[in-house]
Amino acid sequence: MNIPSTQHTLDNGLDVLLHEDHACPIVAVNIWYHVGSKNEQPGRTGFAHLFEHLMFEGSQHHDHGFFQPLQGAGATLNGSTNADRTNYWEVVPAGALELALWMESDRMGYLLPALTDAKFTNQRDVVLNERRQNYENRPYGLAPMALLAALFPAHHPYHWTTIGDIADLQAAKLDEVRAFFRRYYHPANASIALAGDIDPEQALVLVDRYFGEIDPGEPVDPIHVDASMAGDSRIHFEDRVELPRLYLAWHTPAMFADGDADLDLATDLLANGKTSRLYRRLVFDERLATDVSASQNSREMMGYAQITATAAPSHTLAEIEPVILEEIARLAAEGPTDEEIERGRVQAEAQFMFRLQTVGGFGGKSDQLNAYNVFLKDPSYFPRDLARYQVCTKASLQAAVKRFLDPARRVTLSIVPHGRTSLAVRDSTTAAVS
Amino acid sequence: MTLRRSSGQAPHGVSGQTAPVDRAQLPVPGPTRPFPFPAIEKSTLPNGLRVWTVHHTQVPLVAFTLLIRRGAASDPAGKEGLAAVTADMLDEGSGDRSAIEIHEALARLGAQFDTDIGSDATVTSLTVLSRFTRKALDLLSDVVVRPAIRESDFSRVRQLRLHRLTQLRDMPGAVADRAFLRLVYGADPYGHSPIGGETSLAAMDVDDVRGFHARAIRPDVSTLIAVGDCDHAAMVQMASEAFADWSGAAAAEPTGDGALPHAAPINVVPRMRAPQSELRIGQVSVARDTPDYHPLVVANTILGGQFVSRINLNLREGKGLTYGARTAFEFRRRSGPFALQASVQTSGTADAIRESLGEISGIRGSRPVTTAELELGIAALTRGYARSFETGEQIGRAALQLALYDLPDDYFEQFVPRIEQVTAEDVSRVMSQHLDPSRLVTLAVGDLDVIGPSLDALGLGAPVVLSPDAF
Repeated sequence: MNIPSTQHTLDNGLDVLLHEDHACPIVAVNIWYHVGSKNEQPGRTGFAHLFEHLMFEGSQHHDHGFFQPLQGAGATLNGSTNADRTNYWEVVPAGALELALWMESDRMGYLLPALTDAKFTNQRDVVLNERRQNYENRPYGLAPMALLAALFPAHHPYHWTTIGDIADLQAAKLDEVRAFFRRYYHPANASIALAGDIDPEQALVLVDRYFGEIDPGEPVDPIHVDASMAGDSRIHFEDRVELPRLYLAWHTPAMFADGDADLDLATDLLANGKTSRLYRRLVFDERLATDVSASQNSREMMGYAQITATAAPSHTLAEIEPVILEEIARLAAEGPTDEEIERGRVQAEAQFMFRLQTVGGFGGKSDQLNAYNVFLKDPSYFPRDLARYQVCTKASLQAAVKRFLDPARRVTLSIVPHGRTSLAVRDSTTAAVS
Repeated sequence: MTLRRSSGQAPHGVSGQTAPVDRAQLPVPGPTRPFPFPAIEKSTLPNGLRVWTVHHTQVPLVAFTLLIRRGAASDPAGKEGLAAVTADMLDEGSGDRSAIEIHEALARLGAQFDTDIGSDATVTSLTVLSRFTRKALDLLSDVVVRPAIRESDFSRVRQLRLHRLTQLRDMPGAVADRAFLRLVYGADPYGHSPIGGETSLAAMDVDDVRGFHARAIRPDVSTLIAVGDCDHAAMVQMASEAFADWSGAAAAEPTGDGALPHAAPINVVPRMRAPQSELRIGQVSVARDTPDYHPLVVANTILGGQFVSRINLNLREGKGLTYGARTAFEFRRRSGPFALQASVQTSGTADAIRESLGEISGIRGSRPVTTAELELGIAALTRGYARSFETGEQIGRAALQLALYDLPDDYFEQFVPRIEQVTAEDVSRVMSQHLDPSRLVTLAVGDLDVIGPSLDALGLGAPVVLSPDAF
């Protein structure tokens, strides 16, 4: 299993990754800028994502919106921002590759002359509505704000969410957008991957033609800020929900670091799906919870694991918390079973195979090439990524659980219905969220 | 930012100088090479189960899709939610195996397993590594043909669904979907969400599930679609073994009595202090077998089916009132709903409704689509059509459309030419024929105290206030 690619770096520093797949007459164009909300400053949060929106509003030589010519060519396209990176992609019919490159290179090289206050104000309103829709007006929607704020101290770049604070978004200025573009949006901080129905040599000539003329820009130094937790940070807030929900969260290793794959597997066997230990106990047998899930959220500087469970009516978070801790302790003491290890291995193989099915979009082959290149400087990492999961053993998984899912160093968040703070687990203090 | 020409030095692997970029005009896309649509090989087993295969060998995976042409519309009156509970019970144990054991068996294959319930169909899908094809098929038949349907599992599954209903009360989108269907369909079989309601879930017992399985989950209304590195004859042989003891005929499809309610033009489900109003604007419109299908698809693309649609450009890119607005005709076996949906900021609710109604009315004829809009809509639908056939699961879902709606084998080949034939006159005609402003129902789930007065001014009459518990 592999995503074979050829790799080049243009004179201006732009990395170019090319992967041939002629099954379907389509080409995926995927660009990563190595900038995310972790590059923001306190008081100026939400900026990277707001900026992403402005990338779809036209550039100097095509100043009537980014979507129209591409949709007219039969493309599908989107972009996204997270803490560590911003990505943009198009999937186009093979004959429209040059159009996609024209459009992407024009906004990489010539965005600012087309940027106006009207566009900026409009997209800030859109982002404020995105925040309302996906966070404020959604049950438990403000959980990430509370969790990240408790996991990472105020100066840490993971303290805030990518969508940002309302006040910060409202205070953002057009000049700051320009400065942000100059600082982060240039070839030396970007990587482009093409996957699909291409001739790699011709594709490289085209990429060089469109992107080669863009000024390299100043390299961006990597950020690294450590964080540690001393105790159990117990917080709660009230929300418009019917059932209380409990979140436990821990600091964990960074993406691709030692222990990352172990924790990915451990959170799966603890609380993902009907075979998981916590589903069986909390939902299936004891019926204390109506749902339970877990994940290892790997990020560039460090990760965090979280386990989430919603109390069934007439049950409490106080009943659920000890069961979760007990199952973690049992896993730490006894390790996984052989059967669990074997299942994890097959599931990893299948999951990686599923990832080879599409050339474009979020998570497609072009996106994966850029992820490996931007985070590891190694676009050929796919088989070794899979190997990380295949080499996990009972002992390595047990050790990771013991070391990282430490009951004495965690965040414990209760979200309870309005007026019912007594439903929060014991000893928790009110968290301010908005 | 200063810009410089690419230096004479070519990147690794490139020889020679590259031509300068002409930024005065956009490159014109070249022709796309013809794409052979997946050929479906078809057989029917003696018990009526149709077995369709598509040879697709990009990745060593097999994607199974099992379509059962009975869904939530077959729920008995008063037992809304029964089809969905039955679908949920399929993977809750089989023969001597418990629910957990079934899922352990799936996990040992690394399988991706899903059950999906719609109004017209129940669909189970199972994707596995090719080497597990036979095991996966056996598991799929265990789940579908021989579910245990035990009392203890039923009570747990029903309980979880009741909890889910409790949680849905806080989700404005779910409240809006449920209320909208009830407003436009009333007691029609399409008038409820698959999950049903508290009362109807409480009214059912495990025998209802067994009964529903006996009269709906039957081979004569089912199609097994396998996409992957599979030989048709071998797959038919395997399926005939795996599904050998499946028999019987399904009860007839529900027809509805044709009487639809006349809901008020504007309705509100109050949600105090909500920062946004969740909007639905629509009506019962048209069935999948309409001869106007292709013009309606083009018309909807222009009105609200793409980023550069009239609705989204107006509400999002023009006014910044929403993160996104869209419209859709949900084509079903009988007349399905047309709906616009958007979450809009509370202060802009009345404005968004007025603009939306204006756009719907405009495309019916007062503001006919322009040549540029028509060309863009047609191009968006046709030029990228091949990408809908990239993965095994996509191909399986495409084939499922043929089986669910009785579409001809050449449907995919015909799609592009038929879309290309659509004219601006067709768009006006089908939109005025299938959308009727006097029957459009507007629903907002939002902060009534704040939006109420502005809604009165829309000229749609006083909003009817609906209780959040009414659905």
